[in-house]
Amino acid sequence: MGSMTIGAKYKTTIKDPGTPGILRMNDERFTFTPNDPRSAMKFNVDFRTIKGHKFNKVEGNKAALLNLSKEDKAGGYIFEFDNVGNRDLSRDFVARVLGKHQGIVPPRPTVTPENSVASAALEQLSAAEVERRVKLLREDSELQKLHKKFVLGNILQESEFWATRKNLLEDEANKRSKQRPGFKNALVDIKPTTDGRTNKVTFQITPEMIHQIFAEKPAVRRAYLDFVPKKMSETRFWEKYCRAEYLVRTKNTAAATAEAAGDEELAIFLKNDDILAKEAKMKIKRVDPTLDMEADTGDDYIHLPDHGIHRDGNKETVDADSELARRTLSQDLNRHAAVVLEGRSLGNVESTDPKTLAEALVRSKKEPPSTSIVDDANHERLVKVARMTEIEDLQAPRSLPYAPLCIKDPKEYFDSQQANALRSLGGSNDGRKARTCSLSTEEAFHHLMDQMSSIKVNKLNCPIIQSDMALKVLNELNEGISRSRRLNLKNPQEGLLGQLPQHTRDELMDHWTAIQELLRHFWSSYPITSAVLYNKVQRVKEAMTQIYQKLQLIKESAQPDVRHEISRLVKPMTQALDAAFNHDVEQQQKSSKAGNRHNGF
Amino acid sequence: MTSAHSKLYSDDVSLVVVVVDTNPFFWAAAAAALPFADFFAHLIHFVNSILLLNHLNRVVVIAAGVSSCAYILDSSDVSPSGGVGISDTFDRASRKAEEFIAQDARATAGNGSVASANAASLLSGALSLALCYIQRIFRSGTRHPQPRILCLQGSPDGPEQYVAVMNSIFSAQRSMVPIDSCIVGTQDSAFLQQASYITGGVYFKPQELNGVSAIRRLSTWDMFVQFVCQYSARIRRSVQPAGQNSVVSCLI
Repeated sequence: MGSMTIGAKYKTTIKDPGTPGILRMNDERFTFTPNDPRSAMKFNVDFRTIKGHKFNKVEGNKAALLNLSKEDKAGGYIFEFDNVGNRDLSRDFVARVLGKHQGIVPPRPTVTPENSVASAALEQLSAAEVERRVKLLREDSELQKLHKKFVLGNILQESEFWATRKNLLEDEANKRSKQRPGFKNALVDIKPTTDGRTNKVTFQITPEMIHQIFAEKPAVRRAYLDFVPKKMSETRFWEKYCRAEYLVRTKNTAAATAEAAGDEELAIFLKNDDILAKEAKMKIKRVDPTLDMEADTGDDYIHLPDHGIHRDGNKETVDADSELARRTLSQDLNRHAAVVLEGRSLGNVESTDPKTLAEALVRSKKEPPSTSIVDDANHERLVKVARMTEIEDLQAPRSLPYAPLCIKDPKEYFDSQQANALRSLGGSNDGRKARTCSLSTEEAFHHLMDQMSSIKVNKLNCPIIQSDMALKVLNELNEGISRSRRLNLKNPQEGLLGQLPQHTRDELMDHWTAIQELLRHFWSSYPITSAVLYNKVQRVKEAMTQIYQKLQLIKESAQPDVRHEISRLVKPMTQALDAAFNHDVEQQQKSSKAGNRHNGF
Repeated sequence: MTSAHSKLYSDDVSLVVVVVDTNPFFWAAAAAALPFADFFAHLIHFVNSILLLNHLNRVVVIAAGVSSCAYILDSSDVSPSGGVGISDTFDRASRKAEEFIAQDARATAGNGSVASANAASLLSGALSLALCYIQRIFRSGTRHPQPRILCLQGSPDGPEQYVAVMNSIFSAQRSMVPIDSCIVGTQDSAFLQQASYITGGVYFKPQELNGVSAIRRLSTWDMFVQFVCQYSARIRRSVQPAGQNSVVSCLI
């Protein structure tokens, strides 16, 4: 399956700052070699000792962690990665390897059923579907366990197992199409930090900021592509840029002009962004100002004098002849807003290298000027329609169209059907007419009056409930209630499960999930209408019998002090299984009774 | 079919209006299986057990005769003798029932058209009386008990009452009063099936097995007891033998 080498930091605990190094993983083992050759943190571990992996959700400044836990939960290895992407890659790799080691075989597209499993038609699965299933199995270890037990144990088939989990698969598919995070809303503000003692001013630029700067100021981008690395190094370029920003910020126009005159690169940063100006002009040309409110001459703000307040808040108008850019706050905001709304058009460019970023941006911005000349109305309309992009997050969840709930026609419940139904079930026929009263009105009333007088005579002599019996039952119930109260109040923290040993608890939970899954398939197969369902029910029944026996075993072998608790826990499970078995027996009896309808099941 | 919002009602306090079928033709015909005397006694026990659950519970018994309906028992009445025990309830109820039956006899004798053996009891009238009583309770204050109607029916449905019965059913639905029905006769009642289905109540008719009348077998008390608690009435207890079917019970 390959191997993987990635840089990571190994931490012994979460708080540990971590030892940077290289993490190498392959199918059998993984090794960590710290960068510092003197460090003692190197190790070489077999994947077989790793039983699970956990990862944290990365929010804000939290580090991306991956935790490989050892078998007896005695410890684990925590790795910190530089970014979420790396962590996710490692995590997927680890999951694959662990899956292989723990014997999970991802389903193949053409499952050939074995002879013991009576087969349905071959399931045609697309590769995407298979991938989704594997991913789900990887991420949910409970599901993995169930899958292993049932599908690989030939009790259930792949298709049946996944039939009830369609919504999970669908969610998985929808998760893929994530909305890409866009640019930050805040203006790119390169604020320097000053060292109080010396005259140094420090600027900090992150790759994210560089991306934003390139997107907002195409002239800077062009300058970058032109100058770096031919004319100057990257650091030098950014130094000049920061210097230009600093000069603008400190309103030092005199110094700015002086420096611009001296340093032509610096001058570029201080001038108006001519690429933007060109774009604005083109936009205006393309638009019919009577119809489209999108762009008008107001966009051409660069040439309008005295427009808006300056970035640092003052309103004074500067000398109109100055070539230096008069960047006002509104211009910056507008440009920034336009860029943010455009979104990140380079979804796949993950590299932080400014050079590649700049080139990619240039490529994406390149539009053949001929399209702006096409005046075809249809084309314009089509273009506008295409621009109404779907925001995936705001769409309603595309859930599978489930089969609608079928509430039977209430008329079926009512009288007309009952006689037929009863007859078919062999019950006694209640449809016969009530015994007609042959008495006349007077006689009938007379009879009733007699009854009433007999009531008055007998009063309430018929005992509904025997009083001594009732007293006995009440006393017993009271005792039971007070006993359980006493027991429960003694250990308020420990629930029922707390008193059991760990392994019994785990076993019982496993059995319970298995029973739920089996019962779900069992009950959904009724009424049995085909041989396939019949075979499925047989298989499921076998599995249920096995679990039933295991439960009995647990109950019997329990320690005397926890026996009561265990039997209380096991009782609902056995009851559910009993109900299923009884139903099956009844159905078999019915079908054997109606012998001539025996279709060879 | 939503159940009553518990916000409006005092917790656990119920008002049960029992509509009793006193059709003499039916009771005369069913005398072998279940004498009216036994039935009445069981009814009183049932009323008493409801009253025992909560001292604020109220029970009203309405008798549906052939030509008229009347209130037989209102548990909030103070009896003339001042006692509140079951025997006292019994006395009051039986006295009133006797008066009612006599009055019904007179009315039927006077009214010549209702002379057939298959006469139906006045279910629509009784339901209307019940709903009026419940409305009166609703207007009596901010906190009132949770009302429900229980119909004990034995005689067949009268088709001439169809419109009136449906009207009462819809007004019960609107007031969110569930109508539970228990059939003590042999025939199903389509009206009551509709009523229980629409208002979200329970329809119960015990089946006969092996020729033995269900009424006898199950003793009326066993049937009633599941209606005592308003919640147990909603949960059909599965004491049904195999072969029971198509009993409409709307579980909420």
